[in-house]
Amino acid sequence: MPVPVATRDGVDREFYEGVKRHQLVVQRCGKCGTFQFPAEWICYKCHTMEPGWERVSGRGRIYSWERVWHPAHPALKGSCPYLVVVVELSDAGNIRMVGNLLGNPMQEVKIDAEVEAVFEDREGGTLVQWQLAAARA
Amino acid sequence: MSEFTVKDKAAIVGLGETKYYKRGGAPVSEFRLALEAILRACDDAGIGPTDIDGIASYSNDRNDSVRVATALGLPELRLSTMFWGGGGGGGSGAIGNAAAAIAAGYANCVVVYRALAQGQFGRFGQTPALNTISGPPAYTWPYGMSTPAQWIALRTRRFMHEHHVTQDAIAAIALACYHHAQFNPRAVMYGRPLTRQMYDESRWIVEPFHLYDCCMENDGAAAVILTTPERARDMRQRPAWIMAAAQGSDFRQGAGAENNPDYGSSNFKTLAPRLYAMAGIEAKDVDVAQVYENFTGAVMTSLVEHGFCTPDQVMEFCTVENLTWPNGRLPLNTSGGNLAECYMHGLELIIEAARQVRGTSTCQVKDAEISMVVSGPMVAPVSDLILHR
Repeated sequence: MPVPVATRDGVDREFYEGVKRHQLVVQRCGKCGTFQFPAEWICYKCHTMEPGWERVSGRGRIYSWERVWHPAHPALKGSCPYLVVVVELSDAGNIRMVGNLLGNPMQEVKIDAEVEAVFEDREGGTLVQWQLAAARA
Repeated sequence: MSEFTVKDKAAIVGLGETKYYKRGGAPVSEFRLALEAILRACDDAGIGPTDIDGIASYSNDRNDSVRVATALGLPELRLSTMFWGGGGGGGSGAIGNAAAAIAAGYANCVVVYRALAQGQFGRFGQTPALNTISGPPAYTWPYGMSTPAQWIALRTRRFMHEHHVTQDAIAAIALACYHHAQFNPRAVMYGRPLTRQMYDESRWIVEPFHLYDCCMENDGAAAVILTTPERARDMRQRPAWIMAAAQGSDFRQGAGAENNPDYGSSNFKTLAPRLYAMAGIEAKDVDVAQVYENFTGAVMTSLVEHGFCTPDQVMEFCTVENLTWPNGRLPLNTSGGNLAECYMHGLELIIEAARQVRGTSTCQVKDAEISMVVSGPMVAPVSDLILHR
């Protein structure tokens, strides 16, 4: 699968520098406090340009999920089924991130289950994945 | 709402379609398919191709308006307009733009076309092989979440969770579309009826979508001709009058990485009230509806957002009985639609809506007066159209 990299115009550079250090750094407006993801040049709420960045905990809850059976990319043949989750970051204004839920792809997934970010280094970039908070304890 | 609207200021007078093929089945080039559909629509309307003075399309159709105008030798191109955004969101929008241009006097005779040969170009259901990716897709593709089926499944799951909806509701939508295709010899799935058992036993594409919850991938082309009220009255066919057209998107529905705030929405919450106000009707007045099925889940939420039922009534409303011709409360996708007639990016749904007003559908709703089209659920922007007799 393609490796995620920063856009050429630099709008999301801080996010990618963060994940390289295994930290979740997302946009937060220094003026009005609004979180936004993915990054944009302007705060949608108060229209401050280049709104600023903040490190967040990487803890969240499963907001939605799916089990993918059909490979839509040649690299995924042999990897199905796999789990995709949408995670809401409760301490970051409920912005959402998409990733894979680690572990058994046939596990029962529950909306609202608590998860935390896990950083997975690949050649050329780093992925942000999710594991059940209970799995670590 | 402005008192000046497109209501009754333009009409659909010509319908043209090529044969519809399975993906890769078209024996000729995509551009030639576009030309064939346009010629058939002209013939249906009883005009010559050089009567066309405007072109509108959507979803970045590859068949450039200037190439079409040049190929057809149009003496005077007065309108060339493209509705922004991908997927089927712009189908009704392109018709609305054509109607607005006619009402404003920009053009007198506008063709809206869509040609697709997914066998000759990239497939919507497959993701290109790349080494790196940036921008909003970089937050989803590397995790194997890259296709419309995959993002609409996530949104459908959330809606089903919030409103206690089961597989029965979306299965009913697939079964209704396949039922109607069995009366339509043009449909790719004509002669291939679907049962609930077949649906349940079909493979998962991405839970909660089985194979039959997903649109097909096809080759073909379709075209629609609109003109002024004065001309429409003297054409070969009964006009399908524009009763209302609307386009747009709700608050931050285009946010990347699944950050649209109203997550399980089909994106019609601000649009539908505007549409009904222009038409001067309510949901209960609609006789027949064509709702774009990229995936059944988005049809379900569209029915809710257009007022046919509340979120908590989905299980009672979305039944095969309610959604099928001839006796259902709201016959849905009466030609088979994207699931079972042809995935012509929803232009075939607009053609079917016009047929219902003409009285020529293969699942003709008796005395259909008001015929609705919903274009592009769960994408941004989206659009709608209401036609009347």
